[in-house]
Amino acid sequence: MEKPVKDARSGSERDERKAGRRTVNRRDFLRGMAVAGGAAFLGTPTDVEALHDLSGWPDRMGMLTDLTECVGCRSCESACNAANGLPAPEVPFDEKSVFERKRRPTASAYTVVNRYGNPKGSGNPIYRKVQCNHCEEPSCASACPVRAYTKTPEGPVLYDKDVCFGCRYCMVACPFYAPAYDYESALEPKVVKCTMCHGRIKAGGIPACAGSCPMGAITFGRREKLLKIARDRIRKFPDRYVDQIYGEYEAGGTSWLYLSGIPFGELDFPTNLPRKPIVENTKGFLSAVPLVLTLWPALLGLCYAANRNKEEKG
Amino acid sequence: MNDNYLVKEEAYPARFANKLTMGMPLSEYARKLVTPFNIVAAILLSVGLPLIGLRFWQGLATVTHASNEYPWSILLGWGLFSGVPLSGTGYVMATAVYIFGFKKYHPLVRLGVLTGFMGYLFAVIYLLIDIGRPWRIYYPMAVSFGPTSVLFLVAWHVATYLTVQLLEFSPAILEWIQARRTRKWAILITVAMTIAGVILSTLHQSALGALFLMAPGKLHPLWYSAFIPVFFFISSIYAGLCMVIAVSTIGARYLREKADHRFLDSLDGLTVGLGKAACIVMFVYFALRMIGVAHDDNWALLLSSSYGYWFLTEVLLFVLLPCVVLTVGVKLHSARIVRVGAFHAIAGVILTRLNISILMFNWNLPGHFQAIVPPAREVAIVLSIITLHVLIFRWILNRMPVMREDPAYLEDGH
Ligand code: SF4
Ligand code: SF4
Repeated sequence: MEKPVKDARSGSERDERKAGRRTVNRRDFLRGMAVAGGAAFLGTPTDVEALHDLSGWPDRMGMLTDLTECVGCRSCESACNAANGLPAPEVPFDEKSVFERKRRPTASAYTVVNRYGNPKGSGNPIYRKVQCNHCEEPSCASACPVRAYTKTPEGPVLYDKDVCFGCRYCMVACPFYAPAYDYESALEPKVVKCTMCHGRIKAGGIPACAGSCPMGAITFGRREKLLKIARDRIRKFPDRYVDQIYGEYEAGGTSWLYLSGIPFGELDFPTNLPRKPIVENTKGFLSAVPLVLTLWPALLGLCYAANRNKEEKG
Repeated sequence: MNDNYLVKEEAYPARFANKLTMGMPLSEYARKLVTPFNIVAAILLSVGLPLIGLRFWQGLATVTHASNEYPWSILLGWGLFSGVPLSGTGYVMATAVYIFGFKKYHPLVRLGVLTGFMGYLFAVIYLLIDIGRPWRIYYPMAVSFGPTSVLFLVAWHVATYLTVQLLEFSPAILEWIQARRTRKWAILITVAMTIAGVILSTLHQSALGALFLMAPGKLHPLWYSAFIPVFFFISSIYAGLCMVIAVSTIGARYLREKADHRFLDSLDGLTVGLGKAACIVMFVYFALRMIGVAHDDNWALLLSSSYGYWFLTEVLLFVLLPCVVLTVGVKLHSARIVRVGAFHAIAGVILTRLNISILMFNWNLPGHFQAIVPPAREVAIVLSIITLHVLIFRWILNRMPVMREDPAYLEDGH
């Protein structure tokens, strides 16, 4: 609590995360050792699966962004900036000129809104809000070699700068190009991304962007309920929406869900993602590790024994 | 007795200084250092090293093209992803000689192990420049474990393997400083270290490929494959074999007086032998790459876009062609042709790794090809590290018994 509390986020969340922080206990250490090297020798299965079971928190919260409602006012950007105490933007939040090029979240903006031409020709441009999607099984978290990410039971995926060493593998692994990096900082760079206002949620509030949207384009609630709302909207207004809730299945599903009037691919949403969590792709590899650890010494040892007195071949 | 002690005390630093200047008086040694090669090296270093300083002064943004979309730049694309497979030299040579008993390759083992050790050491140096907080580099080993991460595996294995290789190379160092007794111990653990080395290499060479399994939407489908770990592992075998050919060729040419007859006389024959092993592995690798295309049913992509042509360039001109050159060299027993094939194959390994880590990564983002062009500063940094690598390598070859055997230790065959 050494710094003034800016919002509901700082205080409680900080303490809580400090408490759960990585002072390595013995179990952790053994588990790390097991996976990194000794598993087969110790006779314990690496059990990658069990380390990573994130399903089973039914009360996971989520956000539903209805792109057909968004008018590009950038209130969400501004509210996010204020809630997180970010530096003032180069271009003020009521300036429309920012739409001239595509932006992405950066070290000083957790969320940005981009503008797209409307292919239906009705004249109204389409806006898309971009931020971390808070995946159900986040690639960033399973990619991080120091476990700097946590998927919280409430839904948000949080990042801990105190253990991060800046390898940026999380950024390589995130299918939504969400994490940004502090490339300007020489000595204390960190990864920066939306926190879904975890502190506010825990305190019973709602994320700043959702609260600030004058059009009600962002709905906060239980993910299950949001999916129902989204399905209802699609059913009631089939002409208004494409028949897809983006985020329901992408990369194993995300907390952030989207409805759109035009195909998501035209709004730069990645459309080539697997339905299963991306970390599944490495499970086969990781579970082959103990095999190599057991088989290789045996095979090589045999080879050595067979060849050690071998005569020089011509 | 007291006097004796004093004499010894003086002799030791003198003897050591003598070793550093290779027996020359300091002034003569200094004069010998002024060569065209060294002048170029000095220029490269004087540009690159301050830029590395700048990185720690003003951040990565001032020196690299790494960005939010392209977090890994050529510092890693070259330094880690190309450097590590080319450092497979240590494990292939040690395995051939100590495990499979191809004892006639013994003259090349130390060179192989040294090349490998230096390669890993420098991979770590590139890494230390690239990662955000290099002083936390041991965090995956001691502070916070991310066992679901393939990079966690890489971190552990590269660190352990670096140590293993240092131990494998230690006899040469110990002979140089004439520590006879310690050397005996170092020799005893050779086989154990070799086995450990093969295990670690298998795992981290393939793990470097497996890193990209987490980026299915980002890597071009022709390069993204469930077999990527296998591709990386198999290609590291022939990369290692070809690097031994390359390094021994260069060593025998430019540091001829540091090699003994045993090394020089057997070199051509051994080169052909290594070439033979390399081309067999390369044929297997080529077949696997094709199976990879078939497995994902990507045939249509091959001829439908420039990416397809680029893929074909890679596998036909930089895998199949050098492999054919090696085969011809082996059939004709021509060490020269084998050497050409080896250098070509090395270029191919680098191309593949750069394709996966940079050229074909995020191929579908707008402005992709502008985004990946490295700035001059980053190129200067890479060049200066390469220079440093070469200088240190040469420094060691000049002094330690690597391409020759120390006559004092000939009796025990190591
Ligand atoms: S969107 Fe990216 S950064 Fe956010 S939780 Fe998913 S993988 Fe992690
Ligand atoms: S940059 Fe930090 S958070 Fe991201 S993977 Fe590396 S250590 Fe983890």
